[in-house]
Amino acid sequence: MQALSELLDQAASEIDAASDLAALDAVRVSYLGRKGELTARLKTLGQLPGNERAAAGQEINRTKQALQELLNRRRELLEDAALEAKLAADAVDVSLPGRGVSIGGRHPVSRAQSRIEQIFRRAGFGVRFGPEIEDDFHNFSALNIPDNHPARAMHDTFYFPGGNLLRTHTSPVQIRSIVEEGVPIRVIAPGRVYRCDSDQTHTPMFHQVEGLVIDENISFANLKAVLYQFVEAFFERKIELRFRPSYFPFTEPSAEVDIRWGEGKWLEILGCGMVHPNVLTSAGVDPEKYTGYAFGIGIERLAMLRYNVTDLRTFFENDLRFLRQFR
Amino acid sequence: MKIAESWLREWIDPDLDTEALGHRLTMLGHEVDGIERVGEGIAGVVIAEVVEVDRHPDADRLSLCKVSDGSGELIDVVCGAPNVVQGMKTPFAKPGVTLPNGMKLRKAKIRGVVSNGMLCSAIELGLGEESDGIIALPTEAEVGTPLIDFLGLPDAVFDLDLTPNRGDCFSVLGIARDIAALTGAALKDASVAAAEPAVTDTQVVELVLPEGCPRFAGRVIRGIDPLATSPAWMIERLRRAGLRGISPVVDITNFVMLELGQPLHAYDQSLLQGSIRPRLAKSGEKVTLLDEKEIELNEDTLIISDDSGPIGLAGIMGGLSTAVTEKTTDVFFEAAFWPQDFMAGRARSYGMHTDASLRFERGVDPAGQARAVERATQLLLEIAGGNAGPLTDEVAEEFLPAHTKVHLRKDRLTLLLGVAIDDAEITGILTRLSMHVQCVDDGWEVTAPSHRFDIAIEADLIEEVARIHGYDSIPESTAFSQAALAAVTESKVDLERAAATLIARDYQEIVTYSFIDGDANEAFTGSRSELVLSNPISSEMAVMRASLWPGMVAVAAANSARQQDRVRLFEASKSFHGGLSEHTEVVRIAGLVSGFRNPEQWGSQAEGVDFFDIKADVEALLSLAASEAEIDFATSKHPALQPGQAAEITRNGEVIGVVGKLHPKLAKTFDLKRPTFLFELDAEKTLAASAPSVSPISKFPSIRRDVAVIVDDAVSADELVRAVAASCPELIQDVRIFDIYKGAGIEAGRKSVAIGLILQETSRTLTDDDADASMAAAVKKLEDQFAAVLRD
Repeated sequence: MQALSELLDQAASEIDAASDLAALDAVRVSYLGRKGELTARLKTLGQLPGNERAAAGQEINRTKQALQELLNRRRELLEDAALEAKLAADAVDVSLPGRGVSIGGRHPVSRAQSRIEQIFRRAGFGVRFGPEIEDDFHNFSALNIPDNHPARAMHDTFYFPGGNLLRTHTSPVQIRSIVEEGVPIRVIAPGRVYRCDSDQTHTPMFHQVEGLVIDENISFANLKAVLYQFVEAFFERKIELRFRPSYFPFTEPSAEVDIRWGEGKWLEILGCGMVHPNVLTSAGVDPEKYTGYAFGIGIERLAMLRYNVTDLRTFFENDLRFLRQFR
Repeated sequence: MKIAESWLREWIDPDLDTEALGHRLTMLGHEVDGIERVGEGIAGVVIAEVVEVDRHPDADRLSLCKVSDGSGELIDVVCGAPNVVQGMKTPFAKPGVTLPNGMKLRKAKIRGVVSNGMLCSAIELGLGEESDGIIALPTEAEVGTPLIDFLGLPDAVFDLDLTPNRGDCFSVLGIARDIAALTGAALKDASVAAAEPAVTDTQVVELVLPEGCPRFAGRVIRGIDPLATSPAWMIERLRRAGLRGISPVVDITNFVMLELGQPLHAYDQSLLQGSIRPRLAKSGEKVTLLDEKEIELNEDTLIISDDSGPIGLAGIMGGLSTAVTEKTTDVFFEAAFWPQDFMAGRARSYGMHTDASLRFERGVDPAGQARAVERATQLLLEIAGGNAGPLTDEVAEEFLPAHTKVHLRKDRLTLLLGVAIDDAEITGILTRLSMHVQCVDDGWEVTAPSHRFDIAIEADLIEEVARIHGYDSIPESTAFSQAALAAVTESKVDLERAAATLIARDYQEIVTYSFIDGDANEAFTGSRSELVLSNPISSEMAVMRASLWPGMVAVAAANSARQQDRVRLFEASKSFHGGLSEHTEVVRIAGLVSGFRNPEQWGSQAEGVDFFDIKADVEALLSLAASEAEIDFATSKHPALQPGQAAEITRNGEVIGVVGKLHPKLAKTFDLKRPTFLFELDAEKTLAASAPSVSPISKFPSIRRDVAVIVDDAVSADELVRAVAASCPELIQDVRIFDIYKGAGIEAGRKSVAIGLILQETSRTLTDDDADASMAAAVKKLEDQFAAVLRD
């Protein structure tokens, strides 16, 4: 009879030769199956004398264990190989684009408006809105712009029969907010405004954000500070400002603010000033006790600078090739 | 207003170069829109006389000229200008001279004839944008003189954007005064010596309406030379201010207005009938103005009348009947003070806007009339001769604007500006602004000069101090705010989040105009809007939109015409409803999908969008704030939507929006060839929310049972789901429809609907018996309610 060690060697070479799991299983069966050679050896144990039986049994079991070990190792190897082959077959071209839909985007004017709101919200400003179809009182009279005032000529106003109008600025929200909430107050009011003007640099509708702060001891120095901070926050860098004396009937003193842009050019971005005592009075606030500042910023102007838009009108043409550049 | 630097420097000459002066003007509140340089690069051009003119032998349009430039010899020059005549004085550039346009002159043969230089037009010298030929200089121009010396060049023109509160600055004097206040430089004395009357003629002026005309100054000048011409220096100054030279009398009125700020009018005195009476127009009166237009007068309008009736619109424009002409020898100058209250808006009400009305509306110095007449007299006598009569100066003092004292408190100034300015500086600034200043305990009592109309309250003075002190010299200081923490509400979903939701679903936001075409508005909403603008830009932008769809569909159409085969848009903004006396503004969220469902991509077929694509987007939006149970989609009719693919969306029974397919007729109108679907929601109603309140999650497994029933087509999916859910509410957690089948095996008009039931209990594991019981209940309910038949 073949020595167990030889049997093991023989089995080992057959295991190594098995090229797939089926062949390996055949090898297992030929040794360890019901009719396998090692199984047969175990069956012969009974024929041995009693004192040899234990030692022989142990040896067969050791061989069997060794064999099993070889089988397992080979199985793992073959299984890994099979998996690898399967995975290789499943490989994809990772450079192909993903399926389904992508995302849309925000309109640049809303995007700018939203940033402006965020900046002021963080400083404790409330955000207010007002009607776009306004009455003469809120758009003009309450803002110290009486009938036939030359300043009205600066506002090319859209009118409705009966005297209502499309607000020409967001300033009427100042009046509405003070009347509704009282003072002290600290709000901004973004939104659409309208002027009867349409050319290369004017659209009949555009967006403004009004700012209003009224409290005891509010000064022009405070106004300067908030606008410096705002411009820096919006453009995310320090920018030089220039406050120029100007005229608005609803502020006194009044200023227009230019920012230093590009190669040193001054660009006007907003108007502002200290709330006129007549405006405070008409909104029911004691101008001796309270002072305040107000400002009005053109949102399109800021968006154009921020996003390098050169033609105002593109904002309202809504060409997707333009809009898709904003996500 | 345009103002030449040379003219300004005649009045005040601070030690600042052109740029620096411009900057100071801007920082004074007189924004310089531009600085135009004139007469640069023409140093070599001299004044020449055309001594002889002959026709060019080979060219009809060319002339052969012999020109004298003072060097002694006559020079041959070929000239193409139509206006060249013998004896004319004109600018001449000889060979070697370079012109501002870069052209370097050299001796040249033109059509066979030698030309030694060029006679120049205004365009060639950079002195104007148009020309009818070479410049005709006045006869007194001396041959050989450099042109720049004769015309006072080079010069710069400041284009100032003046604010309406500063009527006093619409003149050289006014601007010079402000510069004097800023720099302390000496201002030229503005007074004019009174003319010695040479004749006794006067024109009677009666102040019959002193509140409307409290001051009227004038003078008769007899026997002027009607053939006189304005001197070049005056025409040049007018030209640099943007005005054309017309005749000495007219040019002088313009010149004095630009110089002193007082508009003047000149009458042909021989045409005046009786005394001049400034008064309000009477109903039905008419007047023909200098521009030859006849206007019907309103009763709120100040006019100047004589015995013949109205002869001019006060402070706006003179009348034709008494206008000076080329035959006029006797002139009457008018310099009146028309109060702002009587001028405001009047010119505009006649569709007019003149240099005079501009100034009177903003305020003209009531103390400057006589001076303006004296200045005009001085100039007219100088230019056209004649004999001056005595000055007329009718005044109703009590109706002149009175300047009251304004109290300026030091503390208030410091508080409002946020900076303490020296008392001495404040006093100095106010004094330099020609204010009458008196020191008092807590500050100053200040009276503004007669030319200022914008100093009524303390804040006005504070602004003046700040303006001259310099806004840039005021520090920045952050205001301390006592803002309390504010609630971040969960009672509504932020519009930002709704936008983000749509953007995440591949919608691009657009911003369209709030006013649209009235017909489009009606086509999309089924009714005409009453909110129609009186003065729209165009009929396409005349009506306040009652829906965001018309603008949005137009955007989709424009983009699809630009080869965009997949368009997904949204807008969140207002729509306008109601009438002129009472209206509402509603923020809406509207969306549109058109074209392909997905971007073109590998591995999937290009399919057009359908109702359920957009409905899924709407449901996603609704789910931000509403539970499924609150929402209902019901078939409805809508003028803009295709019947059968339109649904009204309700939340707890209240309509909050619509969704559906764009009606094919509208799609055709807009040339939208691909399927297009729309939704529009009331933002407030859609986004009203409450903070989530959590229900316990069951630890026990759920069981799913499916059932297929055959029902009439008319039975909606929603009805089936609700019925099933209601059949055994304590166990049925969820009901979903997973298949709809029509066709073979199902009779026409019926459909098979496969429904899945998810059953679960929070306190125990369900048994098969439980499941069977609820299935039975569901089926019974369907049978009872919809005559459903169980499908095998």
